[in-house]
Amino acid sequence: MADTKTMTIKISRYNPEKDGEPHLELYTIPWSEKTVLLDALQYIKDNLSPDLSFRSSCRMTICGSCGVMINGVPKLACKAPLREYQEGLTVEPLANFPIERDLVVDLTHFMEYIQALKPYILGNIRRPSDGPNKQTPEEIAKYHKYSMCINCGLCYAACPQFGLNPKFLGPAAITLGRRYNLDSRDKGKSERMEKINSENGVWGCTLVGYCSEVCPKHVDPAAALQQCKVDSALEFAASVLNCKKKEASHGNKA
Amino acid sequence: MHTITVDVAIVGAGGAGIRAAIEAARQLPGSEVALLSKVYPMRSHTVAAEGGAAAAWQDIDSNDLHFNDTVSGGDWLCEQDVVEYFVAHCREEMIQLEQWGCPWSRKPDGSINVRNFGGMKVPRTLFAADKTGFHMLHTLFQTSLKFPEIRRLDEFFVLDLLVDDGRVAGLVAMNMLEGELVQVRAGAVVMATGGAARVYRYNTNAVIVTGEGMGIAYRHGVALRDMEFMQYHPTGLPGTGILITEASRGEGGVMLNKNGYRYLQDYGLGPETPVGHPKPKFMELGPRDKVSQAFWHEARKGNMVRTPDGDVAMLDVRHLGREKILERLPFIRELSMFYAGVDPIDKPIPVRPTTHYTMGGIATDQNCETSIKGLFAAGECSSVGLHGANRLGSNSLAEIVVFGKVAGEHAAARAREAAQPNASLLDAQAGDVEAWFNGLLSRKGKEKWATIRDEMGLSMEDGCGIYRSAELLQATIDKLAELKERVKNVGVGPQSEVFNTDVLSLIEIENGLEIAEAMAHSAIHRRESRGAHQRLDEGCTQRDDENFLRHSLAYYNKDAAPRIEYGPVKITKSQPAKRVYGAEGASQEKNSKEKGNG
Repeated sequence: MADTKTMTIKISRYNPEKDGEPHLELYTIPWSEKTVLLDALQYIKDNLSPDLSFRSSCRMTICGSCGVMINGVPKLACKAPLREYQEGLTVEPLANFPIERDLVVDLTHFMEYIQALKPYILGNIRRPSDGPNKQTPEEIAKYHKYSMCINCGLCYAACPQFGLNPKFLGPAAITLGRRYNLDSRDKGKSERMEKINSENGVWGCTLVGYCSEVCPKHVDPAAALQQCKVDSALEFAASVLNCKKKEASHGNKA
Repeated sequence: MHTITVDVAIVGAGGAGIRAAIEAARQLPGSEVALLSKVYPMRSHTVAAEGGAAAAWQDIDSNDLHFNDTVSGGDWLCEQDVVEYFVAHCREEMIQLEQWGCPWSRKPDGSINVRNFGGMKVPRTLFAADKTGFHMLHTLFQTSLKFPEIRRLDEFFVLDLLVDDGRVAGLVAMNMLEGELVQVRAGAVVMATGGAARVYRYNTNAVIVTGEGMGIAYRHGVALRDMEFMQYHPTGLPGTGILITEASRGEGGVMLNKNGYRYLQDYGLGPETPVGHPKPKFMELGPRDKVSQAFWHEARKGNMVRTPDGDVAMLDVRHLGREKILERLPFIRELSMFYAGVDPIDKPIPVRPTTHYTMGGIATDQNCETSIKGLFAAGECSSVGLHGANRLGSNSLAEIVVFGKVAGEHAAARAREAAQPNASLLDAQAGDVEAWFNGLLSRKGKEKWATIRDEMGLSMEDGCGIYRSAELLQATIDKLAELKERVKNVGVGPQSEVFNTDVLSLIEIENGLEIAEAMAHSAIHRRESRGAHQRLDEGCTQRDDENFLRHSLAYYNKDAAPRIEYGPVKITKSQPAKRVYGAEGASQEKNSKEKGNG
């Protein structure tokens, strides 16, 4: 950061042992065309305020650690160039999650919801000695986009429904369930549909679509959730039809 | 301090740690396997691996060919029995990952595809576009959710081990969110904490790759083996060091100097191969140490492009065409565009060597067990003896699953036979850790850990870089000794106990200094040039099998310099020969084949 340009940014600070609620503090930092917000946060920690807490790891948009609100919009700090915020920059922790300290939020529920959707291959008894499954590029294409989720949580910070009801399983978790439902190697769809159709499942989604807008990996969770709704509607219709058929055949016998 | 008791504790939830956890869970149904990590599993650095994972896959390939490439690639400093085990088990693990859901890239018929990688004679690198590590890690993490035995302790920072009479008995960790210490008693512990390239200033690594696992084992008397061998990846982005995968070259990308000349032909990797027709073990498909060394020489000659972020070479993939770049290298394109402002479809990518992979690590036997009974290590933090003096690209993603499994299996066996813990002894040890930790929290002083970190990183680049000499190394050794004194004066300010990354950064850097010392001292004692350890000083510029076909072993020596000893190298079927690539390599191979046939 040899550049002489400087910028003053606002960062939300919160010490759970002292502060009643978060407050904004100002920091002046040097920046260049290449500086991203994560560089600025590290600069502040290194030079101005070593007690600033935030999460980071890969710094290359693949680990999902550094999600924050920038001027009210969920973003990855490593993917936010300061040059785009010369009009002003306010950094806050991800919305809709409990704040632990400064920019660190509690992701416990998020992790539970991911687990709840059983995001793993079910019902395939093949073993390594049987050799790999075949899966054509066309079959991969069905689920591939949904396998690109980095679990950054930006879609939860964007989701008004999750904001209202923290029990809503939410975009990333349901999308991951959808990813496995669409995988030709998997046979666990009915197990997952139970959860997807449950009280806090896909029907909580009100089709706002903001989740897909903020997704840094273009996973398009909104589409995944709509497909889940179609699936569960079809399943419901099928079950009604089956029921009617059964009734009918029952009736015939009588 | 809160105490929990589990059967096996695994430190680190990257690829190796999760694979170990799954295996331990499979071996011990109904048990408890604690999986601790200072970050959520998906944040582990495995996620950033791009190019692929190796296995002899095609009919034209064989375990022997993979063995030969690995052993010669490691400049004969590999444990050959370990390499034999490794190559024989890669395939099974790749299939296992497939069956767990890993979206390997496929051919039109639905079979798994492979690509070329540096130093590999046959295309044998399985890949998931250029996000292989990401897909492997998420597949492993998601699969781990199936096992009720696995008890994840996310964001638990491990501070120290508990050891009873030469046998591991557990560990002490900090619950980062609560700021509380917890004692974890376990019949076996697996270290899977990753490498330590963050002791260098410019590297491809996540900020978490600071090497505490190595530091903890080292302070308990376990040797760090072959620490002088640090891999510089030839193609990091200037400034940030962000990784541009070797698969760019595997797919056919070429390296150019400022004159547009494919300079690798001048460094034992030629003759030049036609653009768009990459040839295994020639030119851009040379091993990483040689390709990075060639850069160093070209930069010395003034043949590289000068930029504010230092000299750069140009990696040109334009001839692959838009479609192939989007299919095979989409992430590389995204990274180049965002972090270097270059769309590789239209322009070459500026690249330079940056530290990437720690070849050495916690010394283990072939079961991944260390000199402390019940303490295991797997993956980049370990030195099981696979990589020797230079790792081949795509061998480490295979290593984490092959040896993650081995570590988990053997850790489970140790846990089964573990005796009742000596509670009062462990409580006392945990108490000592707590006292030390509280001492850190109240430490006063004017030094900043960030300054120490930066000075360490720059000094390691200067003295322990692509080329070394006694003089340069001594300067680094002196600097590290100075920093070890100064770090005692780093103050930690009063603050919340919740998510106190100030004190954790200090711990990371204190561990980093120990590891950097082990690297620099191992390097100055190795008076030869081999693989990634190249020396410029007289009498040291050639490989010296007579004196140095041996593993270095660095032992912790409290405040004094590490003690450097040596151990034998296991040779089974490949006698050391001249390590050559390009035309010379091809003719060597031909001769040895003829001899073999005759």
